[in-house]
Amino acid sequence: MSDPENFRRETRAWLEANCPPEMRRPMTSEEDTFWGGRNTKFSSEPQRVWFERMRDKGWTVPHWPKEYGGGGLDAEETKIVRQEMAAIGARQPLVSFGISMLGPALLKYGTEAQKKEHLPKIAAGLIRWCQGYSEPNAGSDLASLQTRAESDGDDFIINGQKIWTSYANYADWIFCLVRTDPAAKKHDGISFILFDMASKGVSTKPILLISGRSPFCETFFDNVRVPKVNVVGTINRGWDVAKYLLQHERAMISGMGERGVGRPLGQLAADSVGTDDQGRLEDPMLRGQIATFEIDEAALACAAERAVDLAKAGQAHPAFSSAMKYYGTELNKRRYEILMSAGGIDALEWESERSKAGARPRAWLRTKANSIEGGTSEVMLGIVAKRILDLPGA
Amino acid sequence: MVRDGAPDSARALPGERLLTMRVSTEIHQPERFQSNEHRNPSMALVLNEEQSMLRDSARGLIGDKAPVSHLRQLRDSKDATGFSRELWKAFAEMGFSGLLVPENFGGSGLGCVEAGVVMEEIGRTLMPSPFLSTAVLAASALSRGGSAAQKSEHLPNIADGSLLAALAIDEGTKHRPLQTKMQAVRSGNGFRLNGAKALVVDGHTAGLLIVAARTAGAAGERDGLTLFLVDPKSKGVEAERTAMVDSHNAARITFDNVDVDADGVLGEIDQGYQLLEGVLNIGRGAVASEMVGLSEEVFGRTVNYLKERKQFGKLIGEFQALQHRAAHLYVEIEITRAAVLKALQTLDGDFENAGAAVAVAKARAGSTATLAVQEGVQMHGGMGMTDQFDIGFFMKRARVCQELFGDSNFHADLLARMKSY
Repeated sequence: MSDPENFRRETRAWLEANCPPEMRRPMTSEEDTFWGGRNTKFSSEPQRVWFERMRDKGWTVPHWPKEYGGGGLDAEETKIVRQEMAAIGARQPLVSFGISMLGPALLKYGTEAQKKEHLPKIAAGLIRWCQGYSEPNAGSDLASLQTRAESDGDDFIINGQKIWTSYANYADWIFCLVRTDPAAKKHDGISFILFDMASKGVSTKPILLISGRSPFCETFFDNVRVPKVNVVGTINRGWDVAKYLLQHERAMISGMGERGVGRPLGQLAADSVGTDDQGRLEDPMLRGQIATFEIDEAALACAAERAVDLAKAGQAHPAFSSAMKYYGTELNKRRYEILMSAGGIDALEWESERSKAGARPRAWLRTKANSIEGGTSEVMLGIVAKRILDLPGA
Repeated sequence: MVRDGAPDSARALPGERLLTMRVSTEIHQPERFQSNEHRNPSMALVLNEEQSMLRDSARGLIGDKAPVSHLRQLRDSKDATGFSRELWKAFAEMGFSGLLVPENFGGSGLGCVEAGVVMEEIGRTLMPSPFLSTAVLAASALSRGGSAAQKSEHLPNIADGSLLAALAIDEGTKHRPLQTKMQAVRSGNGFRLNGAKALVVDGHTAGLLIVAARTAGAAGERDGLTLFLVDPKSKGVEAERTAMVDSHNAARITFDNVDVDADGVLGEIDQGYQLLEGVLNIGRGAVASEMVGLSEEVFGRTVNYLKERKQFGKLIGEFQALQHRAAHLYVEIEITRAAVLKALQTLDGDFENAGAAVAVAKARAGSTATLAVQEGVQMHGGMGMTDQFDIGFFMKRARVCQELFGDSNFHADLLARMKSY
């Protein structure tokens, strides 16, 4: 690569010139996230400008090859872009499961035709993807999934049901695990397949959660016809793709524990519970909890940085994302317990305008899924015990 | 797995080789460990090649000459020194005692990351050594705050291993450097010191004491603290070696009308706190590294035990209750390791702004080590409670490391103050 300090200077200058001030403020609502897709619209003009500038530079996915719509940056340059964005508080211009989950799997397992077809549309925010993994009877034991794909000439005919499909009702395409060989052992008869959610026979039904919101859906497949060329990797070897993708999903979810939401926790708490004459939080136990939380949060950010550097040095353990997923999600739950405690009575309001329609308690409840989705904390600990610690019978 | 490689095959050779090289060629510092004053702030959060080599040679020497049985033997024989002077000589020959001493004073001019690398290896075997007191704390205090004359008088002696020095800070039950009460009153051409210090690491063998005292202001105030270089043989200095829970070395030292002349002031009069805080931060980073090594060693031994011990006809490592606890501990240690390395790199690259990273590292290292030794003893069952078994030594040392230069609560409070809440 070019001189890193030079690249850093250029990056800093470019971001300074191109990131609108509104896009450097902490996100306050779900509308602040731009997901892309066929039916998407921007919630503000600065959001559109920021997205388009980053897209044109290939920096919605800076580390992807240029031919697929990425920025063609190496790991060091990508890290610099990320650091410089963080330094000015720049928002992600595009958030999508295509970027964080499907993209890495396609880059590793996809055919050239699949990469050319799908990756540029992900990078440009044209297609929004959802993930068809869990089923009513296949949660932690994901490999016991039952959705069937039966061969019919050049196509598969898919029948079955998925659950906890995040934003399936907004998604354009799905990457889906289906059973293509019911006779094989459970891990061996699964394929990883892509199809359009507009296909005949696909329907979705949002699930109302304890937060009063519906980020997840039930997704039904009734004789959905999908060409066999849409299988990623080898037919019946989809579990390899699924596991690889899960590592990226877990890395993404663990990141939620690292990000500060708006003002620092200590300041937020000081605003609501008040301070003593030395400027310390009025509630000394809460103050201790916050400080301990912030220590763990800072340490986790170091571990995330180190994980990237270890990967670059070829020293990373492939199961380490499970460790990070476990810790990051438990930490994010702690963050929201503290936010609820700091918010006190005010954080109990569910509908008022004053409370932004109960934004905080709803977000608090949403975090409870963090340690379930993408593999429960217990499953993560089991993976660490087995694959990293090599404990017997794990 | 955290314990990479079989200990015996991995450790002995590189250290021996370096030792031989140093002795035979009489080079004053190992050539391959170069000074790195211009460290890149965005550097990778992993050890570089030179640092990995340093780790291997430290592991070689320490693992070979000072396994836990070395500490046990010193304890059982009630050794008057409490560490091996011969081994300290070997440390000096390897260039470790002068690791933080600038090159023009006979040292290696290396940084906190390198000091942490050595401390981590010390933590693995609990080797009692003046490395922390002399090579880390005193060397830092002198090279950061010393006059030209003070540096040339003491630093070369630290580098060649002939001078042992100790930092005398704590007074009350807890580490509260701002609360220093010890008095230094102007008298004649210098100052007269009165007061008492506790937990002076290696204070019983030191040939030089670095003492914090009040030349102005009241306990709790930042201004008015001054650091002094005191000869422990001065009239009025009494050192009582305190036998410690961890069989490591410390002393209580009283100062009864001890006269120090003006040359004995280290740094600026009344403005010693900034220097002290910087030195303490280096010490905190070093002790955090020791705790990482200690935690990882305890964890490695514990996981091995889970793979050997059978109950109910099964290896106890097959039980999910223990698997999940072991996995949790692994995650805690890995996260702490990253935070500690970050703190050390920040001390080397951006010293003035390293406070928050150091507080995070010391707090994390303390709580992680506490968890590691508790799980270690618990999972070893009754064996973990026996003196014959080494695991208890780790528990005892972890307790002392927690307390040294501020425990987890102290650093959490510090962080909250830095962030104004």
